[in-house]
Amino acid sequence: MSKVLVVTSGKGGVGKTTSTAALGAALAQSGQNVVVVDFDVGLRNLDLVMGAERRVVFDLINVVQGDARLSQALIRDKRCETLSILPASQTRDKDALTSEGVARVMDELREKFDWVICDSPAGIERGAQLAMYHADMAVIVTNPEVSSVRDSDRIIGLLDSKTKKAEQGEKVDKHLLLTRYDPARAARKEMLSVEDVLEILSIPLLGIVPESEDVLKSSNVGAPVTLAAPTSLPARAYFEAARRLSGEKLEVSVPVEKRGFFDWLFKRDA
Amino acid sequence: MSFLANIFARRQQSSSVAKDRLQILLAHERSSGGESGESDLIRQLHKEIMEVIARHVAVDQDKVQIKVDRGSGCSMLEIDVEVPQELSGKRAS
Repeated sequence: MSKVLVVTSGKGGVGKTTSTAALGAALAQSGQNVVVVDFDVGLRNLDLVMGAERRVVFDLINVVQGDARLSQALIRDKRCETLSILPASQTRDKDALTSEGVARVMDELREKFDWVICDSPAGIERGAQLAMYHADMAVIVTNPEVSSVRDSDRIIGLLDSKTKKAEQGEKVDKHLLLTRYDPARAARKEMLSVEDVLEILSIPLLGIVPESEDVLKSSNVGAPVTLAAPTSLPARAYFEAARRLSGEKLEVSVPVEKRGFFDWLFKRDA
Repeated sequence: MSFLANIFARRQQSSSVAKDRLQILLAHERSSGGESGESDLIRQLHKEIMEVIARHVAVDQDKVQIKVDRGSGCSMLEIDVEVPQELSGKRAS
């Protein structure tokens, strides 16, 4: 049974695209067929973060409008053969996406893949609502910071009212992914803690991704962090989050670097 | 160091200020958010509760506050009605 998952946040810059790429790759690395779909029309970036920017020929809008077949627009990842990307258009605007066209493409994707992961644009306007409309599950990416938490609360409200599931009287399965978390600052009470954010938003926790240099290093070279630095702390957090999405019951822990004496002595960069 | 800093600084931790501010703000926004199904419910409740109260006492529209706190286990409906002075006086006598 295929699942449609939206990665959303309301606020921009919290890590939606990074998380879409990393979760998509992690699920694909476990052998499942995954497509990541960029809904950020006009400001596409998922292709760039995944290193596929020079392979884009057709995009989501071409498929929605019937100018290209889905198979012509899908780009298969070179490092992981069960992972595909459907890029957004860079030149058109979001009004070119019709509700009926998106519905047809989503149905077609559901037939081909185990996971359809939609990277939502920032904001709460039409683009974000189209990205979430068909979702069975949602990952709400939140930073431990007041404006991000507030916007996540707003997005949770939209997921409960403006989705197909909500219209049918059902619920979208919502999960919190806390990113850019700094355990040391949270311990010094300079940053909202995991418990604080969970208490405020009251949705289940999917994972805690620590602030890390590896995330930027990976996007620099155009690879999801789970492919570029699979043993790094953020990659481990995304692998565990992907296993939880697949239904495994795993305890969520705050990721901390465990360095042995020799690692410390011969400190190297990954 | 942090132990010394705590003794000398004696200021409130910034994360708890953030949490308090968010909780107050979101309680308000969830009840007046405008688009969610929950706030439709609140508007309806507000209207009907006002009608019932208006039958007995003259109460100002904004003296009736209705809030829903969303929790994981249960949600709490909070109704706060400020009753005019004359009425509470009558009841006491």
